[in-house]
Amino acid sequence: MPDEPKHIVTSFEADLKKLRDLIANMGGLVERAVADATTALVSRDPDIATRVIEGDAKINAEQHNVEQFAVKLLALRQPVADDLRQVIQALKVVTDLERIGDYAANIAKRSIVINQVASNFPLAGLGQMALLVQQNLKASIDTVGEADPQKAILVWRADQMVDDLYNTIFRELITYMMEDARNISACTHLMFIAKNLERIGDHTTNIAELTYYAVTGQTLPDYRPKGDITSTYMASSD
Amino acid sequence: MEIANHDLSAQAPLPASLHQVPGSEPRVSIRNLNFYYGQTHALKNISIDFPDRQTTAMIGPSGCGKSTLLRVLNRMYDLYPGQRAEGEVMMAGDNLIDPRLDLNKLRRRVGMVFQKPTPFPKSIYENVMFGVRLHEKLSKAEAAERVEWALTRAALWNEVKDRLHASALGLSGGQQQRLCIARSIAVRPDVLLLDEPTSALDPISTLKIEELIDELKQDFTIVIVTHNMQQAGRCADQVAFFYLGELVEVGASSQIFTAPRERKTQEYITGRFG
Repeated sequence: MPDEPKHIVTSFEADLKKLRDLIANMGGLVERAVADATTALVSRDPDIATRVIEGDAKINAEQHNVEQFAVKLLALRQPVADDLRQVIQALKVVTDLERIGDYAANIAKRSIVINQVASNFPLAGLGQMALLVQQNLKASIDTVGEADPQKAILVWRADQMVDDLYNTIFRELITYMMEDARNISACTHLMFIAKNLERIGDHTTNIAELTYYAVTGQTLPDYRPKGDITSTYMASSD
Repeated sequence: MEIANHDLSAQAPLPASLHQVPGSEPRVSIRNLNFYYGQTHALKNISIDFPDRQTTAMIGPSGCGKSTLLRVLNRMYDLYPGQRAEGEVMMAGDNLIDPRLDLNKLRRRVGMVFQKPTPFPKSIYENVMFGVRLHEKLSKAEAAERVEWALTRAALWNEVKDRLHASALGLSGGQQQRLCIARSIAVRPDVLLLDEPTSALDPISTLKIEELIDELKQDFTIVIVTHNMQQAGRCADQVAFFYLGELVEVGASSQIFTAPRERKTQEYITGRFG
């Protein structure tokens, strides 16, 4: 952790820094993928969408890099206490980041289809949700390098707003589908996109939880309010 | 930005002495122990329990007091003038540092194994029987049975059963150390003290001793001093970290090595001391 005294073995210190740098690098790729997928959707740009889809392989490769390095640290350095927690955090954070990358690629794929089936559909709500998700994602990735548990709690809480937006968009899309059956195809894709963004939000909170654990040695409570109510939502026929 | 409504007070650290490993009654209870080498205050107000049939590892940098505490537990300091202990070291109703306590009786109840193997220049059989003879009168058959029992418990029987009357000095280092453990447990002590018992051994002999410690804690309360942090993690149920004569933190080994409460413990076990 940044405010701790340095390790006597400087190469271990360097290894832990490298681990943080690798996560920051992978985090940067993932942030870029989510931002580009959003742009591809909102600006209806299939070239950017293709770039996101192709870029996912690079994210997956980075995950393997971090995992290999973390396993090497476990085997050769046998870290304990906060060092151990940092390595565990790294192993788990990259799984969340990789999954976020998958969601970004999926959003990009669907953006291409939506562009073909409904070029004039209003996307402002999704754009707003995506922006919020990106802000939280950036903040949560920053908590890893900054080792800031207070910021981690803020990010962890901020997901509530993403869930609220998701519920609104979900209802809105249901309404569009009920108004005109020709909207169903586009709205279904948009619903998946909204769900992908909502899931990115959940993985973002995981990263914040992992930072909190790595820094304090304690886990955040399980009772984070789950704002996604769409799994029990039923459209009324009125 | 202020963090509201997040009550972390429930996770606030408790005093070190309240973090004993649960699930076992203390075999030895130390309260407010102070120890002096002449003017030097080597142990400062130590309070700790050693749970029955569990292993406690004492870790800390050289000169932190962990070996001194072992020496208090079997009164080795009595051999030296100018050294004195104050406080309570309670075992089965006796204060072990009470000067009136019979030392021979104490040392039958508290066995000790040292860093380097210390076999006597006698046969393997005589080494095991050495302490027993001081405390008990056994028939030849009972003595043979006791030797076999102690050597078996020390995981040495199969290797030496055909040469019990050969010199102990012919054994390898690892075997000699297991013989010393057999000699200590032959008197059936309650507590077994191990002072860096593997620091002079090769890795395989070390693992054999560690396996042995795991076996022996079914019958004995074990206190081990070790400089090998991984060994403390592998062997001990409870770990106590000492620094400059003070007990900084004691807790379950899984807690100490994943989330120590005290910053000093964290700095020591992660290798940031400096």
